[in-house]
Amino acid sequence: MKMKRVILLLAIYAGLLQGLAAAQGDLHFCLRTEPKTFNPLKVQDDASVAVRYLTGGVLLRMNRQTQALEPELARSSKVSKDGKQITFKLRSGISFSDGTPFSAEDVAYTVQQMMDPALHSPTGDAFRSGPGKVETRIVSPTDISITFPAPVAGLDRQFDQVAILSAHSPKKEMAVLGPFMVADYKPGATLLLKRNPNYFKTDAQGRKLPYLDSITLDIQPNRDVELLRFKRDELDLINSLDSEYYDKLAATSPDIAHDAGPSLDSEQMWFNQVATAPLPPYKRAWFRSVAFRRSISQTINRDDMARLVFRGHAHPAIGPFSPANKFWFNAKLKPISYAPDAALRSLQADGFGFENGVLKDKEGNPVVFSIITNSGNKYRERMATMIQDDLQKIGIHVNVVTLDFPALIERMTQTFDYEAILLGLTNVGLDPNEEMNVWLSSSDNHQWNPKQKTPESAWEAEIDRLMRAQASSADPKKRKEAFDRVQEIVVEQAPFIFLVNKNALSAVSSKVQGASPVILAPQTYWNIERLSKKY
Amino acid sequence: MWRNAACTALLLIVCLSLAANWVAPAGYAKQYREAADAPPSRAHWLGTDEIGRDRFARVLYGTRISLLLAPAAALLSTLLAALIGGLAGYLGGTWARVAMAVTDLFLSLPWLFLLITVRALMPLNVSPLISVLVTFTMLGLLGWTSAARVLCASAGSLRNADFVRQARASGIRGARLFWIHVVPNLKPVLNAQFWISIPVFILSEANLGILGLGVAEPMPSWGSLLRELEGLVSVGEQPWKFVPLLLLVVVVTSFQFVLSSEEEAAA
Repeated sequence: MKMKRVILLLAIYAGLLQGLAAAQGDLHFCLRTEPKTFNPLKVQDDASVAVRYLTGGVLLRMNRQTQALEPELARSSKVSKDGKQITFKLRSGISFSDGTPFSAEDVAYTVQQMMDPALHSPTGDAFRSGPGKVETRIVSPTDISITFPAPVAGLDRQFDQVAILSAHSPKKEMAVLGPFMVADYKPGATLLLKRNPNYFKTDAQGRKLPYLDSITLDIQPNRDVELLRFKRDELDLINSLDSEYYDKLAATSPDIAHDAGPSLDSEQMWFNQVATAPLPPYKRAWFRSVAFRRSISQTINRDDMARLVFRGHAHPAIGPFSPANKFWFNAKLKPISYAPDAALRSLQADGFGFENGVLKDKEGNPVVFSIITNSGNKYRERMATMIQDDLQKIGIHVNVVTLDFPALIERMTQTFDYEAILLGLTNVGLDPNEEMNVWLSSSDNHQWNPKQKTPESAWEAEIDRLMRAQASSADPKKRKEAFDRVQEIVVEQAPFIFLVNKNALSAVSSKVQGASPVILAPQTYWNIERLSKKY
Repeated sequence: MWRNAACTALLLIVCLSLAANWVAPAGYAKQYREAADAPPSRAHWLGTDEIGRDRFARVLYGTRISLLLAPAAALLSTLLAALIGGLAGYLGGTWARVAMAVTDLFLSLPWLFLLITVRALMPLNVSPLISVLVTFTMLGLLGWTSAARVLCASAGSLRNADFVRQARASGIRGARLFWIHVVPNLKPVLNAQFWISIPVFILSEANLGILGLGVAEPMPSWGSLLRELEGLVSVGEQPWKFVPLLLLVVVVTSFQFVLSSEEEAAA
C-alpha cells in the first residue's frame, strides 16, 4: 500500500515537473490577422510574414539590430560585379524539420519556384529586374550560383526574404529550416509553432537553439483586447504599440515598455498635382507651385505634432527616408524648420497677398483647401487639425475631411477628386528599390501625379533617371549617391510634405529573457532563437 | 416628479450650452499647445484635450450642436412621417400598401453605410457648420420610417372613426378632412414620435462621431468628444474625460422621462 502511495506521489511529481518544463518555453503573443498562406514564397500579409520569419530558413539574414547582412544557411556569398550573379557556399549537415537533408538542390528548387510566373510570388517580384530566365548552376551539394537576366540592385539583401523550400520532402512547405515549425493551426483562433528539432544553430556554449519550446500565436485583431491580455500576463509581447497605450504601460511598468526610437514609418501629406483632376485652374497652379508647397511645409509645426499627437514618441520627419535607415538616409539633409513668417514672405514673393488675416492669390482667390484623411485614425485627425490651426496663422483656411478608407482611395487613385491628402507610409524594407513604384513618374503609386506618360517636370525626370540608375547598379556607393540626390530633390520640391516618423514602440513581458526590441520588424522577436522565458 | 427633474436638467443643460460664448470664452478651437492633455484647472475647468483645446468649451459647444440640431432633425423626420405615414393610413388601400412598401425599403437600408456614402459624395470644401447641418439633415431624412409605420396605423384607425364618417357625411372631403379632422387627432402620436426621435438622433450622431464620420473638425460634437474614451481611459485616473458621456446619458435619460410623460398623456 505504502509502495503504491510513493509511486503515485512520484508520478504526480513527475507530471508536475513535466508540465512545468513544457510551460517554461512557451512564448505567447498575437497576430492581428489570419495568416493567408504558409507557403513562404506566396507571403504578402503581415501575419504570414511573421510566420515566415519564425519558421523559414534563409541563406542570408539581415540583422535587425545592426542592419548588416549575416550568413545563415549560406556560409558565404558573393555578388558578381555586374550585379547579375550571386554565388553561395552552403553549410553542410543541415536537415529540414522532417529530417530531409538540405543541399544546393533545395536552393535551386526554391529559386525556380519563386521565379515561376505561374506562382505570382511577391517575393520573386523583387528579383524580376528584366526579361529572361533565371539560371541556377549547382556546382556541388554545397555550392550554387544563381544568374539573373539583368542586374538586381541589392541582390544579396533580397535573400533575407527567401525562405528555402525542400525539393524532396513530401511535407512540401511544412518542412522548414527555421527555428520553429507549424504544429497546429486553428483558423480564427490560434497557431501553434513548435521548436524545429533539426535547427542548425547553437549558442556559444554549444546549446541547441532555439531556447523556447513553442510559440502560441493568438489571432486577435482588437488592440484593446491585446493590451488587456498583456496586462493580465496572458501575452508575452506586443509589437507596434500606439503611443497612448505605450504611455499607459510605461506609467505602471517602465521596464516592459520599449521605445526603440524613430521607425521607418512616416506620416505625410501631399497636394493633388494631377493635370486632369477636377480642380479649378487657380488651385492647380497653387499646388504645382514649389514655393506654395514649401511654404505650407514651413508653416507646419512638426515638433508640436510629435510632442502632442504622438506624446513625444515620434520625430519630425526630414525627408523620404527616416534616419532609422542607417545606410540609405541622407545625413546631409537639414530638418525643415518651423518658420511661418518666412513662409508668408515667400508666398508674398510668389504673388500671394495677405489682407485682413486672409491669404489671397494673384487673382484675389482666398487660399482655401481641404485635407482628407481616413476616418477612425485619431492620430491623423489630430495632425490634420493641428495643420488647420498652423495654416490659419498665415491666412490659409483648411477644411479637414475624414472619409472611410475605400472612399479615400477611390478619390486618390481613380477620380483624383481631392486637394490634399494626409496619410502614412509603412516601410518594411530598407532598400530604395522597394519604393520604385512611388518615385517613378510613370508609376501608379506616384501619388501626387501618377501614371505620367512622360515626366511633367524636370525634377521628376531627374528622379526617374536617378532611380533607374541606382536600380541598375551593383555598386552600393554609386547607388547611395544617386538616392541621396533623389532625397535632396524630394525635400527641395516638396511633392510630399513629410510630417513625422513614428517611434517603434513595443512591450515585452519581464518573463521574456534576451529581448532587445529594435525599430525593424519584427521588433520584439527578431532574435527569436535566443529568447527564453523565466518563471 | 421625474418629469419635472428631467425637464429641469434639460433646461439647465440647454441654457448652459447657449451661454457657452460667455461661460467658456476660450472657444472650442483654440489650441493651448503648452498645456495639452492637462487635468482640470482654474483656466480649464475640465482640462484640455490631446492638442490643448479647452474640454469644457468643447463640451458646451458640442452640447449646443446636439441639442439644437437633434430636435430639428426630429422635427423633420416627424413631419415626413406624418406626411407619408399619416396620409397613407388615411387614404388606405393601394396607397397604404405602396407607402408601407417604400417605408419597408427605407427600413431595410443600412443607414450607417448610407450616411457614410453620402459623406463620401459630399463636396470636400464645406465648412464644419455645413457638414454638421448635412449630418443632421441626413439623419432627419432617413429617420422617419419607424414613425411612419406607427402613424399609418393610427391614421388608418381614424379613417373609419365615427367623427370622420360624420364629417364625411357632412360633405367634408380630401385635404380638408385630413388636415382638420385627422391630423389634430394624430397629435399625441406625433408628439411621442418627436420626443422618441431626439435621443435617437443624438445617439446616431454620437455613433457617427465615434467612427470619425460626424461633425468636421474643429467643431465639437458629443461623438467626437466621446472618442477621447477610446484607448482604455480609466475612470479613476481621469474622471473629467467622462463628462461628455455623463452628459449624454443625462440628456438621453431626461428625454426618455419626458417621453414617458408624453405617452401617458397620449394614452
